[in-house]
Amino acid sequence: MLVLGLDSATQVAGVALIDGDRLVAELFFNTRKNHSQRLLPMIATLLREAGVKLADLDGLAVALGPGSFTGLRIGLATVKGLAHAAQKPVAGIPTLDGLAWNAWEVPGLVCPVLYARRQEVYTALYRWQEGELCRLTPYQALDPYSLVDSLKSSTMPVYFLGDGVAPYWEVWQQLGTRARFLPSTSTLPRAAQIARLGRERLLAGKEDDLFQLKPLYLRPSPAERQAQLKCKSCP
Amino acid sequence: MEPATTILAIETSCDETAAAIVINGTEVRANIIASQIATHRRFGGVVPEIASRHHMENIVPVVAEALAAAGLSFTDLDAVAVTYGPGLVGALLVGLAYAKSLAYALDKPLIGVHHLLGHIYAGFLQYPHLPLPAACLVVSGGHTSLVYLESHTSRRILGATRDDAAGEAFDKVARVLGLPYPGGPELEKLARQGNPRAINFPRAWLEEGSLDFSFSGLKSAVINYLHHARQTGTEVNRADVAASFQAAVVEVLVTKTIQAARRTATRSILLAGGVAANSSLRQELAAAGREAGLPVFCPSPALCTDNAAMIACAAYYQYLRRDFAPLDLNAIPDLPLY
Repeated sequence: MLVLGLDSATQVAGVALIDGDRLVAELFFNTRKNHSQRLLPMIATLLREAGVKLADLDGLAVALGPGSFTGLRIGLATVKGLAHAAQKPVAGIPTLDGLAWNAWEVPGLVCPVLYARRQEVYTALYRWQEGELCRLTPYQALDPYSLVDSLKSSTMPVYFLGDGVAPYWEVWQQLGTRARFLPSTSTLPRAAQIARLGRERLLAGKEDDLFQLKPLYLRPSPAERQAQLKCKSCP
Repeated sequence: MEPATTILAIETSCDETAAAIVINGTEVRANIIASQIATHRRFGGVVPEIASRHHMENIVPVVAEALAAAGLSFTDLDAVAVTYGPGLVGALLVGLAYAKSLAYALDKPLIGVHHLLGHIYAGFLQYPHLPLPAACLVVSGGHTSLVYLESHTSRRILGATRDDAAGEAFDKVARVLGLPYPGGPELEKLARQGNPRAINFPRAWLEEGSLDFSFSGLKSAVINYLHHARQTGTEVNRADVAASFQAAVVEVLVTKTIQAARRTATRSILLAGGVAANSSLRQELAAAGREAGLPVFCPSPALCTDNAAMIACAAYYQYLRRDFAPLDLNAIPDLPLY
């Protein structure tokens, strides 16, 4: 089963092609260049070099969020165009699930953190149990201090990864030796993980509806948040 | 006879998700628009992040509806066109990323279209034999420009607004008059019941011979007039204010358009942009054109406001000269009209 995976949720632009259990090709750029200009040419290059046509694919997978709103929309709109034209099934994959897979089988909690501005990170907690990755908390935008506080009661090591690690480095240190960090080669989102998880979803028959699929923003737009605040302050 | 060229166009520069299919730049087979006016009304204007989110949800259904309405499939298309600026960058990016993918997947040329050129080509969509050169007044919520259209490949800006766009002035004055969003059409409705000569609002002619515009002084004059009335407890006839404001805008627009046409010796006048749906502007410009002996072309109001059929028409002329875009085409929020 040939699946193309895309991840443009963060500053990383990633595209990967898997064939069953085999990772066939992957492109990864952590160079800040505009996703809008880069993503589609990356797909074209990857497929051409791999000798695969769009028509050969069995499905497409995309990092659905959380992440940069604009980055998510570029990724999803790109996938929608490809899937609509080529009539391929699509699977949207939560960005944090893909990232947690980078910490394969670590002995402890897995805590992906994505930089979310507003003094917050997008995060969720995971744990490996008998070869399965189990998510323990909902996807949420949290301030890093609250996140660390919630981790203090546990005795397990916590494996942090993601582009939210560096900006709040001192905060994670509050956990002392329990705070562990993935190496630079494993700390950022990888399109290969999105493709893998997408394949699993498609094999399980959990295809997403191309007409309705939308990013997992986790946050309302600033204007809607303002409107909500106003309503709450009404007598 | 030339073979038929079928173009799918996508437009997401502001708050309308639009897709159209047009053959040979004139035959509109589908023109679908998903409007977000109801969503943005409670915020009193377009909220960029909300507009972008809606585009994301609307884009596939709108294109699917266009294909269904035209009775065509993707394989019938000769090119995919898309607006890449100017506009709200987050909104533009949704249509652009989707359109680029379509073009790549279908192995058809991608055509990047300037949004204002789209507005201008609403004229050619309806009047393909419109005589050139033409003087074109482009008036919308974001732009007010006079453009000399020499041919389909050559054009020149004769004048532009130095501050507010005409449509922006309409929306702002509508707001101070307490009219709901979108203010322009509401103000026009109110103006119909008022006397356009009731209040003598200022007309900004600028320096002798200038074809530029300025509407911020007029907007301030209306605000000051209402403020003064409130302070002195004078009752305000809102319909008179609306009608007098509209008359001031229209007089300047019409006079400068005729001047532009005379100075460049054009064979016709074209009206374009969202504000071109304003019936007072259409009537006054048509009357002035008759007096000057120049034919005036006003596309039907439905083609003046944002739509994708006009983008498809502009794209057709780009298609004829093989003006195609690469797959790394980016959205340019302040794309100039050269």
